[in-house]
Amino acid sequence: MNAPAQPARRARAFLTVFLKEVRENLRDRRTLTSAFLTGPLLTPLLFLMLINISVNRQLDKAERPLKVPVIGAEYAPNLIDVLKAGGIVPEPGPADPEAAVRRQDTELVLRLGADYARSWRKGEPVQVELIYDSSQREAGASVERVGKLVEAYARQQGAMRLVARGLSPMLAVPVVVARRDQATPQSRAVLLFNMLPYLFVLTIFIAGMPLAIDLTAGERERQSLEPLFANPVARWKIFLGKLAAICTFSVASLVICLVAFGIIGRFMPTEKLGMEIDLGLGFIVHVLWLQLPLIVLLAALQSMVAAFAKSYREAQTYLSLLMFLPVLPSILLMVLPIRAQDWMYAVPLLGQHLAILDLVRGNGLGVAHLGLILAGTAATALVATVTTMQLYRSERLAISV
Amino acid sequence: MIEVKDLHKAFGAVRAVDGVSFAARDGEITGLLGPNGAGKTTTLRMLYTLMAPDRGQVLVDGLDAAADPLAVRRRLGVLPDARGLYKRLTARENIDYFGRLQGLPEAELRARREALVEALEMADIADRRIEGFSQGQRVKTAIARALVHDPRNVILDEPTNGLDVMATRALRQFMLKLKAEGRCVLFSSHIMQEVAALCDRIVVIAHGRVVADETPDALRAQTGEANLEDAFVKLIGSEEGLAA
Repeated sequence: MNAPAQPARRARAFLTVFLKEVRENLRDRRTLTSAFLTGPLLTPLLFLMLINISVNRQLDKAERPLKVPVIGAEYAPNLIDVLKAGGIVPEPGPADPEAAVRRQDTELVLRLGADYARSWRKGEPVQVELIYDSSQREAGASVERVGKLVEAYARQQGAMRLVARGLSPMLAVPVVVARRDQATPQSRAVLLFNMLPYLFVLTIFIAGMPLAIDLTAGERERQSLEPLFANPVARWKIFLGKLAAICTFSVASLVICLVAFGIIGRFMPTEKLGMEIDLGLGFIVHVLWLQLPLIVLLAALQSMVAAFAKSYREAQTYLSLLMFLPVLPSILLMVLPIRAQDWMYAVPLLGQHLAILDLVRGNGLGVAHLGLILAGTAATALVATVTTMQLYRSERLAISV
Repeated sequence: MIEVKDLHKAFGAVRAVDGVSFAARDGEITGLLGPNGAGKTTTLRMLYTLMAPDRGQVLVDGLDAAADPLAVRRRLGVLPDARGLYKRLTARENIDYFGRLQGLPEAELRARREALVEALEMADIADRRIEGFSQGQRVKTAIARALVHDPRNVILDEPTNGLDVMATRALRQFMLKLKAEGRCVLFSSHIMQEVAALCDRIVVIAHGRVVADETPDALRAQTGEANLEDAFVKLIGSEEGLAA
C-alpha cells in the first residue's frame, strides 16, 4: 500500500494538468468557437472590410462628380465653368450655409460675394469662401479638391494678366516647391495597418480568456480546487500546467488568425492605392516569434486577475476591463506621433506594436530590436508568472465558500 | 493513523477551531460529530493540508503535515465537502486525472481504477460524462477518485450528504470494507444515527473544541443517558444543528 512516488513520476504532474485542461476545454463548444472561429477570424474579416471601405471611398472621392452647393454662382460664370470641368456639379446654395454645414446637411458650401464681378473688373483680389467643418473626417478630400481647382484657376488668371501687360508669368513664381515624397508603398500601408498589432493582441486575449477564467475562477466556483489541491503536487506545478493550456489555445488562435490574414492579404485592394504589403509566411513566423512571450504574459495576467474573482461572472467583468490594457500603446502611438526609440522595443505590447509596423513597412526587424522585445517581454512574463504562482499559494484561493 | 494535537485556526475574530486534539487509528472508523459550524470542515481542511493551522500539529502515519505536506497528501485519500468533479470529463477520466497527479504508473493506475469501479458498482456509468450524474453517482466517482492511490488513511467530509437511502447504505458498507482492509477511516457528519451505526470511536466537536472522545458505549455511560441522541444533546449543550 502507498509506496512513495518516484521523483520521475511526479514530474509528470505538469503534463497531466496540461493535457487534462486542454482535453476538457476542447469539449466545450463555447470555448472552441471563441478560440478557433470567432476570435481569430472576426478580426481579419473586419480588417478586410475596413480597408475596402476606406480604399474605395478614397478612390470615389478622386473620380466621382462632386456636388457642391454654390452661393452667388451667377457672379462668376468663368470660375463655375472651370469647376464644372474639374468634375464639380454646382447646386443652389442653402440660405444659411454656416448652419447647414454645422448640421452636416452638406460637407461644404462655396460662397461668392455680390461684389465679385466689380472687384474682378477693377483687378482687385476677390474673395471666394469655402465653408466647411474640419472636424468632419469626410470633408477633407472634398475641400481640398475644390480648393485646388479654385487656386489653379487663380494662378492661370494671374499669369494671363501678366502676359496681357507684357510680363513673363514666371515673375510671379520666384520659388517653386517640388514635393518629393519618400514614402514607399509599404510605408503608406502603415497608416492603414496601424491597428494590426492590436488586432493580434485582441485575438490572443479572446482565445485565452475563457480558459483563464475556467481554470481559476471557474474551478473555484465549481469547488474542484479543493480536491485538486489535496493531491501531492505543488500548487505551482498545477498552475504552470494550466498556464501552458491557456498559452496553447492562444497560440493556436493566433496561428489561425495569421493564416487568415495571409489569405485575406491577397484580396486586399491595396494596389489601387499604390501600396504593397506582404503578410506571407515570413511575416507569420516573425509575428509568432514576437508574440510568444507576450502570450505567456497575457495568460499569466489573465490568470492572476481571474484568481482574484470568486465566480466566473466576476472574472469575466475584471477581464473585460483588462482587455483595455493592450489598446494603450496603439492609441498612444496614434495620438502622439512619437519617434520610435530603442528602449521602447523592450516595453511589452509597445515593442510588439513597433516591430509589427516595421515588418509591414518592409523595413525588416533588426536582431537588436528583436532581442530587446523578446527579453523585455519575457522578463515581464516571468514576473507575472511568479506573482500568480504566489497567489496560488494563498489559502483563500482554494476555498470557494 | 491520524493524530491531531491542539489545533487552532481563526478567521479574523472568529475562532473556528480552538484547541482540537484527537487520534484516528488504523482499522477503525472514527466519526467527527458536531452541529453545523462547529469547526469540522476546518479541522479536516487542516488535516489534508489545504489550510495551515495557526497553532498545533497534524501527524499522519507519524509524518508532520507542516514539515512535509506532499508526503502527507500521498498517504491520504480525501473526499472534501465540495465534491468538485470535472463535468466535461467521464468518470474514468476524472479518476485517471487524480491517479496521475498521485504519481501512479499507468499499469497500476488502470488496475486500481478498475478495481474501484467494480467495488463501487459504477461500471455502467464509468464512461459517461459527469454532467447529468445523480448525487449518488457523483459521490461514487469522487470516492473512487480519492482512493485511486490506495491510501492508508481516508478522510470523508459529510460523505452521505444528499444521498438517498440506498446510496447511503451502499456507502456505509463500503466504509466498513475500508475498515476491514485495515485503513484508518475518519469521517465527519452531523447525523448521529450514522455515526452511531458505523463508528468505533466518536469525537464530538462543538464551538471549535472537542467535548467528547469515546466509544459509543462509553459515551452513553459518560453522559448517563441510555439514548445516544440525548447523550449528544447533553454534550453539545443545545439541540442546535443536530439532525436526526
